[in-house]
Amino acid sequence: MNSLSDAVVRAAQLIAGADPKLLEIVLLSLRVSLTSIALSCLFGLPLGAAIAVSRFPGRRGVVVLLNAMMGLPPVVVGLLVYLLLSRAGPLGELGLLFTPTAMVIAQTILITPIVAALSRQVVEDAWREYREQLRSLGETRVGAAMTLLWDVRFSLVTIVLAGFGRAAAEVGAVIIVGGNIDGVTRVMTTAIALETSKGDLPLALGLGIVLLTIVLALNAAAFVVKEAAQRRYG
Amino acid sequence: MTNAQAAMHGPRSLLPLRIESVVFEAGGRRIIDRVSLTLEVGTRSVLVGANGAGKSVLLRLCHGLLRPTSGAIAWNAPEFPGEPRRQAMVFQRPVLLRRSALGNVAYALAVAGVRSPEREARAHEALRKVGLEALAASPARVLSGGEQQRVALARAWALRPEVLFLDEPTANLDPGATHEIEGVIRAMHAAGTKIVLVTHNLGQARRLGDEVLFLHQGRLLERTPADRFFQRPASAEAAQFLEGELPW
Repeated sequence: MNSLSDAVVRAAQLIAGADPKLLEIVLLSLRVSLTSIALSCLFGLPLGAAIAVSRFPGRRGVVVLLNAMMGLPPVVVGLLVYLLLSRAGPLGELGLLFTPTAMVIAQTILITPIVAALSRQVVEDAWREYREQLRSLGETRVGAAMTLLWDVRFSLVTIVLAGFGRAAAEVGAVIIVGGNIDGVTRVMTTAIALETSKGDLPLALGLGIVLLTIVLALNAAAFVVKEAAQRRYG
Repeated sequence: MTNAQAAMHGPRSLLPLRIESVVFEAGGRRIIDRVSLTLEVGTRSVLVGANGAGKSVLLRLCHGLLRPTSGAIAWNAPEFPGEPRRQAMVFQRPVLLRRSALGNVAYALAVAGVRSPEREARAHEALRKVGLEALAASPARVLSGGEQQRVALARAWALRPEVLFLDEPTANLDPGATHEIEGVIRAMHAAGTKIVLVTHNLGQARRLGDEVLFLHQGRLLERTPADRFFQRPASAEAAQFLEGELPW
């Protein structure tokens, strides 16, 4: 118990003093996860909306697969990206392994299915409501997909948060493709894993508190925005 | 009749609409049974009939939202995909986007290919015609039911359609809102739009109809000028329907 209370006190000191090492890790984490979620939205939102409004053979299979891919194990994604980027791999020449870019690639693969599958569900529900009206106006499928994405924008906030939460919290993929190199690819989750195993609990705990706070603050902010917007737009 | 719309869209009017032996089946049930009719320019045609008679389905077939199982539906001037539509529809429940009232009307104009500077002016004009200019900036989905339906009508009107289909547009509204909606429908008709209205409100059919088309179990049993329909319907089923004794 003593070591825990010690750790909490020292973790608080690290945070309060804006410890440079801690700050560097937090900033890299945010950079990697935010870039990943941005890319995932770029790919995942149009993909989800397109599947929502289209009819093609094998559509059910695609939907099931996409939903299943929400549960991709991070370590497996990490391993696949590792194989792609390793020196002997097909993309080895790019020299991306053990860089933040590699981590972004892995996380983007991990959370794009989450964004796509959840937005597919939300847009499809909206499509059911709007389909006749949009067809009556002569809207194309592509136009309908874009219009509906914009119309469900407040629900998408939650989806983006789910994706970001997954990216910020996962350790398996980034540790494999990033390598947890001090000052280069060390992020909050990999640092927590390492420091814990080394026994440096204050830093691990401090990072844990920061991670939780960020996720909590983002969710709270999104909740407030969503509530206000829904009251306003119905 | 060569009305303003027809002139605007070129020499060929969209109407008449010819419907020949149209059958529509869904889930093994025949919902529309060999309906043939021609919808002409000008008159306000009202479709009446009991619940399940096939009124809404016939309207959707005409508007192209459903495809007939067999039979033919042909406009005088065929519409092509990708071209702005020359017909519009207002549904029982207005489906409005999460935008302002103005944004909803402008959206329809954008889909119809109207360019941005003209779009806003036309959207404002349409909202003014339905008496909602003051609410142009309000989010559409938090307006009252009657106001939402008027936005839907403005959206249709802004497109200057040659034909307007209405599927029980006042079914969920109180008498005051109904009165306003009917006023807008009259004004659109006066401006040259063909009205095809589905209703099971007989008072509304009487107020708005020039002719009544009576549907019964998927079949078009009679087509009669409105005043005559309410005095002396031609078919026994229509007479029973009018008495409120639904024939099964």
